[in-house]
Amino acid sequence: MPAFTPELLAVGALVLPALAAAALPLCRRVPNVREAITLTAGGGLALLVWTLAPLVIAGARPEVAFGRLLPGIELGLKVEPLGMLFGLVAGSLWIVNSVYSIGYMRANGEPRQTTYYVCFAVAISATMGVAFAANLVTLFLFYEALTLSTYPLVTHARTPAAMASGRRYLGVLLGTSMVLFLPAIALTYTLAGRQDFVPGGILAGTAGAGVLGALLALYVFGIGKVAVMPFHVWLPAAMVAPTPVSALLHAVAVVKAGVFTLLKVVVAIFGLGALSGGVTSGWLLYVAATTVLLASAIALAQDNLKRRLAYSTISQLSYVALAAALFTPVAAEGAALHIACHAVAKITLFFAAGSIYTASHKTEVSQLDGIGRRMPWTMSAFAIGALGMIGLPPAAGFLSKWFMLQAGMQGRQWTAVAVIVVSTALNAAYFLPIVYRAFFVPEREPAADAGGHRPHPGHGEAPWPMVVALTTTAALTVVLFFRPDVPLALARQILEP
Amino acid sequence: MKSFQTFVETYNYLVTVFLMVAGLYVVIARGNMIKKLIGLSLFQTSVYLLYLAPAKIDGGTAPILDAAYTVYSNPLPHVLILTAIVVGVATLALGLALVVRVHEAYGTIDEDEIFAESEEP
Amino acid sequence: MTAIQPHLPILIVLLPLAAALVSAFFRRGAGAWALAMGVSALLPWMAGTMLWTVVRSGEPLSYALGGWAPPWGIEYRVDVLNAFVLTLVTAVGAVIMPYARRSVAREVHEHQQAWFYTMYLLCLTGLLGIAVTGDAFNAFVFLEISSLSTYVLIALGRDRRAVLSSFQYLIMGTIGATFYVIGIGLLYLVTGTLNMADLGARLGPAYATYPRPVLTALAFVVVGVCLKLALFPLHVWLPGAYASAPSVATTFLAGTATKVALYLLVRLLFTVFGIGITFRALPMTAVLLVLAVAGMVLASFSAAMQRDAKRLLAYSSVAQIGYVTFGIGLANANGLTGGLVHLANHAVIKTTLFLALGAVYYRIGSVRLEHLAGIGRVMPWTMATFVVGGLGLIGVPGTAGFISKWYLALGAIDAGLWPLAFVLVITSFLAVVYVGRVVEVAYFHEPSGPARDATDPPWSMLVSMLAAAGATIYFGFDTRATAEVAGMAARLLLGGRE
Repeated sequence: MPAFTPELLAVGALVLPALAAAALPLCRRVPNVREAITLTAGGGLALLVWTLAPLVIAGARPEVAFGRLLPGIELGLKVEPLGMLFGLVAGSLWIVNSVYSIGYMRANGEPRQTTYYVCFAVAISATMGVAFAANLVTLFLFYEALTLSTYPLVTHARTPAAMASGRRYLGVLLGTSMVLFLPAIALTYTLAGRQDFVPGGILAGTAGAGVLGALLALYVFGIGKVAVMPFHVWLPAAMVAPTPVSALLHAVAVVKAGVFTLLKVVVAIFGLGALSGGVTSGWLLYVAATTVLLASAIALAQDNLKRRLAYSTISQLSYVALAAALFTPVAAEGAALHIACHAVAKITLFFAAGSIYTASHKTEVSQLDGIGRRMPWTMSAFAIGALGMIGLPPAAGFLSKWFMLQAGMQGRQWTAVAVIVVSTALNAAYFLPIVYRAFFVPEREPAADAGGHRPHPGHGEAPWPMVVALTTTAALTVVLFFRPDVPLALARQILEP
Repeated sequence: MKSFQTFVETYNYLVTVFLMVAGLYVVIARGNMIKKLIGLSLFQTSVYLLYLAPAKIDGGTAPILDAAYTVYSNPLPHVLILTAIVVGVATLALGLALVVRVHEAYGTIDEDEIFAESEEP
Repeated sequence: MTAIQPHLPILIVLLPLAAALVSAFFRRGAGAWALAMGVSALLPWMAGTMLWTVVRSGEPLSYALGGWAPPWGIEYRVDVLNAFVLTLVTAVGAVIMPYARRSVAREVHEHQQAWFYTMYLLCLTGLLGIAVTGDAFNAFVFLEISSLSTYVLIALGRDRRAVLSSFQYLIMGTIGATFYVIGIGLLYLVTGTLNMADLGARLGPAYATYPRPVLTALAFVVVGVCLKLALFPLHVWLPGAYASAPSVATTFLAGTATKVALYLLVRLLFTVFGIGITFRALPMTAVLLVLAVAGMVLASFSAAMQRDAKRLLAYSSVAQIGYVTFGIGLANANGLTGGLVHLANHAVIKTTLFLALGAVYYRIGSVRLEHLAGIGRVMPWTMATFVVGGLGLIGVPGTAGFISKWYLALGAIDAGLWPLAFVLVITSFLAVVYVGRVVEVAYFHEPSGPARDATDPPWSMLVSMLAAAGATIYFGFDTRATAEVAGMAARLLLGGRE
């Protein structure tokens, strides 16, 4: 048994899902073995990241060099607190999501399951690569790999609607990354002569405030996975994917890769000091604020549950952008913490949505009256997730919101404070009624919906793997509120080398 | 007169240019493939002139190694043009072969007719 | 081996030439193929040895034909730039040859197959000759050798459009070559030499005395060579030629012919005329950049509208040639490196793509998009290589295409031309559209018609396709052979006398 050095753990986090992806096609004829591989890899990855996290908190910063791509451009990994936080989130939730996937895919008789699990594993590997990347080019490599590996997942249903959504997904994400993000990286390299992540930034004094401001804009809009308006359109389009895909990828991995990258660029390429000083950056606050409010407003008008959750995600992602736009250490901590808090709460919500669909074929909010009686576990989990979105105890979302409010008030950024308050109210407006109606309003007469499906009259809970998964994540949401030690410790350290 | 003097000194270039342009015009303006090939040959001929005319040096003889002859006309362009003529002949032969094939395939050797008839994929 | 080494520059041309002559006597395709295969396998070693020697020593290899010393005799001169191109061309030929046996047998008439290989070897001779020679007129001779054999290669396609496309290419190609010769003639008149290095030395002073002939020569020569490399708007011959030629011919030409023409352009602009005349006396940067960008944009749009996959890729080639020209036009370290590295990377990528399409044609006899429905399910390895090539074309990191885009973007930023960097990446994004069309049809529709019974092609074809796809990914990570060598070549060209 080789000693598990931090370097080995870091590389292992990338390699393990990749190995699983390679092994899965070999077992496509034996579904149980195939599922076992996914679960084993998921468990292994969770173990890896939880072993690595305390080491990073204690000060370890494992570095792994993959080799030189071009003169001046090295590919490699470097684990630091922010990356570790993101890696922790993604790495812990893969196994939970895999359990859920198995339940969902089997209950709904989905086709092409092997392709699904393979693409999923590759996407997770790419996510870990984004989390642990040592520099911009490495991050970009894994970022693009993430986009490409999730495309077959988004278009899983292969219906014309799925293909059209897939085109939009790929179009917006590849378009923003190739047209805006890549030039931003090239420009950074030209200005600074380097492109690795250094706390405090590498761009200080390399160009005028206007140029750096334009560069910031290139990053903000180029990192399309942050879903800042108007480049948010891929997110609702991606809801056509099966719910486990929406759950992990669009509540956790893909969108989190976006906000993580943005936060990392803000902290380690520009540096908080530079941004509050010599960069034209005030606009970021307003762009983020607009997205937060507008997305919440649109969410209110959505009857389709998944679309409502999608717009909620867009809004919550811009919370991170908003906090980053305050350019203070406390705000950055809040932003980092929100990555974790939002992830567990959102994945619970998506799990619940998928669970509802599987058990009852209901997709619209208006159909959910009284469903809490039939699906108590699901809707309780949903309630906890909703609390997490709103930011109320005992859900973890309260913590990150608290940090952000504090940062806003300390810095006298009343716009930010107002936006957070208003959007909290909006969150309550579009989540609480669902919970209320699920539990306290009697069920209506079942009628065939547009797809011709009659909701099963006597349906109960969803299959047990799905219930196990969503209960776990709901529990995590609450646990994270009471015991946020590890994520909090990591968030506190993100500005240190 | 000055202009007549210039003309006498440069008329070879004028002929060259005339042939060049005439050849190109035929290539572009004529739809019949054989005429295009003729234009092409005309164009290539102008190049021969371009090389050969300046090769003649005033008072130069053929390059004979003898004490009596000191100024030679330049033989190199002749060598180059022999090569170019060969290339031109090969091109013409290939072009004509292709015209025969085109005629077999399309029944006509007029490009405009062929384009009107064939579908663009 | 050491005995042969000094003679490698001439042998690399003589070997395929002799083989072509022998091949003309074969009656059946199989024998001719074997000869072509043998020669093609040998040539990369020769080119690679020269590349290795030149990179190691930093000095160019010089070979005087017939023992006549340059600049009076014809000199074959191999420095980093042409060793790079030689290795590229021979490698592409070597990769394609195993594949050719079945593909040519399928697509070319029985009695013409031996001629196909003869013409292939002649074309190879011509292209290698252009790359290795240090004499401007000698370059013309080899240019015409390669062009004439190319016309025949194209005309051997089964479709009757092949003959027509070949004729059109013949007319345009000959005009181009003749323009080149006119330019060289003017240069000879002004300097009295045809040796490229010598011309480089003498043109500076000659320009001071006779500016107009020198600039006229530059114009003629550039237009002539740009016709060959299919720079917009002189590209009109390319789509027809690539679309109707036999698959192996298209693959070979896409991977080599335009690249050698680009090499010739670089050699002329930087070594013969020099930066002083080319870029300062004339607004060559502006001209090349405008045409390059126009090509990139318009050809990408045209590609997106095609219904025939081979024509689609042909227009894509025009766009990619625009990228290389863009790098050349920038004429700074990053830009020129980017252009040269894309010369190699695009050759690898396009070879991958055309080989995949050729395999599809081998199985179902068509490459029109409507016939490709579902082909990704029944020919998984084939379409997998196509996807790899497509990702390379888009410039996804992890493929060779990304390396080129990176350097070109840096070059544009270095030159202060921000907007052009954006044009560059936007047109890369257009590649997503046209590659996406093929990928979508291939994977996300049900197999129908002839596609239903298709399977992956035989091993001899698969091995070439996988090698090319592997190279596309390999050169996305290990860039020593491509980017570093290109960088050396760029430094050499830019560091030359003004």
